[in-house]
Amino acid sequence: MTASDAIPGGGNGDRGTGNAGGLDGWVPGAAPSTATSGVVENPLVEYLLRLGDDRLVLGHRLSEWCGHGPILEEDIALANIALDLVGQAALLLKLAGEVEGKGRSEDTLAYFRDAIEFRNVQLVELPNGDFAATIVRQFLFDAWDVLVLEKLTGASNEALAGIAAKALKEAKYHLRHSAEWVRMLGDGTPESHERAQRALDELWPYTHELFSMDDVDAQAAANGIGVDVGALEPLWRLTVDRVLGDATLSVPGDGFAPRGGRVGRHTEHLGRMLADMQSLARAHPGATW
Amino acid sequence: MSIDTTSQAPTTTVSDTQWTLWEVFTQEGEGAPHEHAGSVHATTAEHAMQNARDVYARRGKVVSLWVVPTESIVASAPGDAGPLFDPGNDKAYRHPQFYKVPRGARGL
Repeated sequence: MTASDAIPGGGNGDRGTGNAGGLDGWVPGAAPSTATSGVVENPLVEYLLRLGDDRLVLGHRLSEWCGHGPILEEDIALANIALDLVGQAALLLKLAGEVEGKGRSEDTLAYFRDAIEFRNVQLVELPNGDFAATIVRQFLFDAWDVLVLEKLTGASNEALAGIAAKALKEAKYHLRHSAEWVRMLGDGTPESHERAQRALDELWPYTHELFSMDDVDAQAAANGIGVDVGALEPLWRLTVDRVLGDATLSVPGDGFAPRGGRVGRHTEHLGRMLADMQSLARAHPGATW
Repeated sequence: MSIDTTSQAPTTTVSDTQWTLWEVFTQEGEGAPHEHAGSVHATTAEHAMQNARDVYARRGKVVSLWVVPTESIVASAPGDAGPLFDPGNDKAYRHPQFYKVPRGARGL
């Protein structure tokens, strides 16, 4: 299977709901406001869910490689990265639950929300495809993730800044790892080059969502909590262009920019992934081991 | 005996499809010796460093890593063990055990 199976038919680029209502009076770290209007009850919770869900979903996707890696060392490496991402997600979702104040733990948020309640970008939920597709997706995400986390270490919310500082160390290694693999695959054999280029062509459209800003992002950035991701795109392109240049891979043309993950519109693949990820916790609620 | 080198070569050339082998040494604290941890397969030095990190440094207190191409290591032959090592075992005066080690001198 290749990543071409991962391209959904949907994704029309519109933002849908306007949610400016209810943002007034948002104070970083304050207790959740009562819902007034719009779909976003508490922008900080919403923002933390976005951060956490990106990592939870990508971490789970990577964990699907466990036992299937191309070589033992890489199998372990992918599992390590998966564990890092799931660990970050646990911290972010725990914080989201605390800020929300409705008694939802990180486990509740991970295992008892349905796809429409997830706030990750679509890029991370796509099926793994071949090893090249997994690596290219990881590289495109990691290059973005390092920039986002660097900014978040200065967040006015201390808990979030602390999580970001810890995650940044991990993300820098993830980027080093995925960038090196992109170079090896792109500048490798004819087959590895062809697979890496095909993966890049198929995944590239999904990168645009990483840099799209809506009211929640803008409000978070204005409050010193979040990141103006739109401003990060040129920096991201510097890293991406340099590595892709080393790898003799070419950036595909633009024209297709699926999005919607941040407001719960996902590809068909997320639901299936969650069915797998959540089945145990739902069959045995509260189970411990 | 003549050897036909133009055909039927695979028995010797395809036997190992693995990447180059590297030996990994980890240091668990500043000033401590780098100790052999094991080996990894990798294509380049950077790749070897990453694989060594993921396989041998993902837990614990490693502060430094060395990776060395296995082929660069010169090892003593098992058959040489007698001549090389036995002479040192039966001469007590060769061992520095008659000295008192100053208190606080660690890592000697």
